[in-house]
Amino acid sequence: MNDTLVLMEGIDKRFPGVQALKGCQFNLQRGEVHALVGENGAGKSTLMKILAGIYQVDGGTITFKGEQVTIPNPHTAQTMGISMVHQELNLMSHLTAAQNIFIGREPTKSFLIDENTQNNKTKEIFELMNLNLDPTMRVSKMTVAKQQMVEIAKALSFNADVLIFDEPSGALTDVETAELFRIIRQLKAEGTGIIYITHRMEELKEISDRITVLRDGLYVNTVNTRETSINEIINMMVGRVIYESSPEIPEERSQEIVLEVKNLSRGNELKDVSFQLMKGEILGFAGLIGAGRTETARAIFGADPVDSGEVFINGKPVHIKRPSDAVAHDIAYLSEDRKRYGLCLSLDLKTNIVLPIYQKLSSVLGWVKDKRAYTISKNIVDQLSIRTPSLEQKAKNLSGGNQQKVVVGKWLAKDADILIFDEPTRGIDVGAKQEIYSLLNELAAQGKSIIMISSELPEIIRMSHRVIVMCEGRVTGNLDYSEATQENIMKFATMRNGGNAKKSAQPS
Amino acid sequence: MKANSSTQQKKTGADTIQRLMAFGALIILFVVFSLASPYFFTLSNVIGILVSTAVNGLLAIGVTFIIISGGIDLSVGTVMTLSAVMAAVTVRNWGMPNIFGVLAAVLTGTFAGAVNGLMVSKLKLPPFIATLGMLNVARGLSLVITDLSPIYFPLETGWNRIAMGSVLGTIIPGFDIPNGVLIMFGSALVAGLILSKTVIGRYAFAIGSNEEAARLSGLNIVLWKTAIYAVGGLFVGIGGVIIAARLNSAQPALGLGYELDAIAAAVIGGVSLSGGEGNILGTIIGAFIISTLTNGLRILSVPQEWQIVVTGLIILSAVYLDILRKKASAN
Ligand SMILES: Nc1ncnc2c1ncn2[C@@H]1O[C@H](COP(=O)(O)OP(=O)(O)OP(=O)(O)O)[C@@H](O)[C@H]1O
Ligand SMILES: [Mg+2]
Repeated sequence: MNDTLVLMEGIDKRFPGVQALKGCQFNLQRGEVHALVGENGAGKSTLMKILAGIYQVDGGTITFKGEQVTIPNPHTAQTMGISMVHQELNLMSHLTAAQNIFIGREPTKSFLIDENTQNNKTKEIFELMNLNLDPTMRVSKMTVAKQQMVEIAKALSFNADVLIFDEPSGALTDVETAELFRIIRQLKAEGTGIIYITHRMEELKEISDRITVLRDGLYVNTVNTRETSINEIINMMVGRVIYESSPEIPEERSQEIVLEVKNLSRGNELKDVSFQLMKGEILGFAGLIGAGRTETARAIFGADPVDSGEVFINGKPVHIKRPSDAVAHDIAYLSEDRKRYGLCLSLDLKTNIVLPIYQKLSSVLGWVKDKRAYTISKNIVDQLSIRTPSLEQKAKNLSGGNQQKVVVGKWLAKDADILIFDEPTRGIDVGAKQEIYSLLNELAAQGKSIIMISSELPEIIRMSHRVIVMCEGRVTGNLDYSEATQENIMKFATMRNGGNAKKSAQPS
Repeated sequence: MKANSSTQQKKTGADTIQRLMAFGALIILFVVFSLASPYFFTLSNVIGILVSTAVNGLLAIGVTFIIISGGIDLSVGTVMTLSAVMAAVTVRNWGMPNIFGVLAAVLTGTFAGAVNGLMVSKLKLPPFIATLGMLNVARGLSLVITDLSPIYFPLETGWNRIAMGSVLGTIIPGFDIPNGVLIMFGSALVAGLILSKTVIGRYAFAIGSNEEAARLSGLNIVLWKTAIYAVGGLFVGIGGVIIAARLNSAQPALGLGYELDAIAAAVIGGVSLSGGEGNILGTIIGAFIISTLTNGLRILSVPQEWQIVVTGLIILSAVYLDILRKKASAN
């Protein structure tokens, strides 16, 4: 009895202009969690999409349970027992959770879909996951995190032998990630082989048994997690040493209020949200999913209407009804769901980056100054080390992390005064994360004011001058960097039914 | 949990409002026209409206499937004509019984739909272009087959009675609703069932909602898109039967412009042109709104060219109202 589930050898894969994989190898045993790491664009997703039947290899062999196989399409992969949670959300937004999970294998009764069975089965899966979600809820009404949980539920519902998670924790907060790890451990004990792609180094130690490192489409090494340090892994990934940036809190902190939000309210999502943002400040926004952080940002940016509340910029009341108003007030917003709101997927890289400044780049008659567009986007690409064969590459052909960098770059090019970053480093590799952190520090030093929403507490703690904590649509805490410890933030983040919003709304 | 169930209520609430809205518009039209003219709300005129809705209603049902799946079908009008021609050829030229004529029409519609589907899914032609091509091919074929002149059904075949006879009238005397109307309602019922309760309908929504996600979920997109277009074509084929029966002939030059009325009916009924949303009931109400309007304006002796203008305005306001409704339900 052989315990090897999957063996991939000598895998080659070319895309137009890119050799995504060159002679890669990978193996997966029963009952192990095998992490796959590497920089953005290293080829992790591509390797796994080959295993899931989405791409075909140009060279190399795949052995599954001892037999050499070809996997021509996703359906075959599913019937073989391979299921995958993709890096990007892949849900049909008009359908309900249950309809999404059972798409392609609906239970039927005399030709008609048996919605009841489908909903009940979904409910069972959700219960296994400790997930409180209505199977009949439309996916478009859910937050990104909930949608991700639906994706995970869908992957689980196949009872597959091989489960691939491509950066599943990207959209999740710590609580949900912990739940995901519990499920993974349970599946592992049952003998499932699990492949786990992540950019969060701390997760490697927590969940994985072995780690395979890719770099630039090449196989670097496979190591046992227990015998290897995180630094060694990072070295294998990037081939150089990375310096961690620490928070750069200026000695003299500006008391100049750039943005003031007073009593922003909308239904159950936002309740009397008030806070102030100082000039040159990085203001972290922490909280669990559904805490209302994204909702606050969208409301300020004019993407969603509010029931009541006021916004002041530089002391003057402003009425921001739509995003273009916000942009006119030099506010930039990087959304958390890049695919839906952040990128024009079928446009090229260059156009995406200069999109917010197109008007500036065009002459009176609307003629676009292509050269300027080129230099600006070239700068951004270099600054963020976006890995792409050319500036003309379509956004949809970039790796997930590089897409995220494009969204960040787009707002950097805009040169706004108030920048709202919603999960800016989601899906970005360790090296590039550091680059984004130093960029944020630099921007703050230049006097720009930054709101950074993040579900990664270490990131919040490392970067923020001040931290606003939200819970259930309320501001429950306002902590200076010296008080912003993991425990403190979690205490406020779980302060249900109010807390003292009034007191904490004042800057300390 | 509580929050979930209230969202659920909100969702169904918005759906109901939309149907009520289209239905309300229909009622208002009826009231206004009844007040404006004594000839409007009479049994014979209402039956006239029903009859004139039948063909457009069937085409609109067909196109609804396709728009929900994220596509468009410009060929429904001329494919309907080709179906009618094939029925006439079968019954008159080949002397076969009516049932074979019906079959010929339905098969023609289904086949044309399947070809559209294959062009869109397998050859990856944009639906607009693929079905524009089919529009011309079908129109040309009708003209070639008939040699440019109409084919009339011999009276003794009784073809005419398929749509214009009244089975209901013989059962309930005085209740002479023509068969064509019943066929449309029956088709709508079946179509509604297919769309909301079977996998093919589910996949139409899935593909229209996010084709890539559907593909990654393991759906065979080529197969299902072809099937969806074929089902749409089937109803178009039935439309061909009805029009041939109403005119007791196959008119090869007919059919251009019908596709726009069908698409308009679907859109008025709340089918989203970006795919993933819509239902048959709405589409049928949309078809009724169009024919009620045409009928009412004609009774009021509004010149035909103005009728066209009004129909255009109605389409625009229906879509705008739908956008307002979506905004309202999003909050
Ligand atoms: N469909 C495609 N067409 C063209 N190029 C592609 C396509 N998919 C991936 N690539 C390229 O292949 C390379 C590997 O991409 P891949 O998505 O596997 O990276 P990754 O390791 O998953 O990165 P990330 O951490 O950013 O998700 C990248 O250079 C990417 O631009
Ligand atoms: Mg990836």
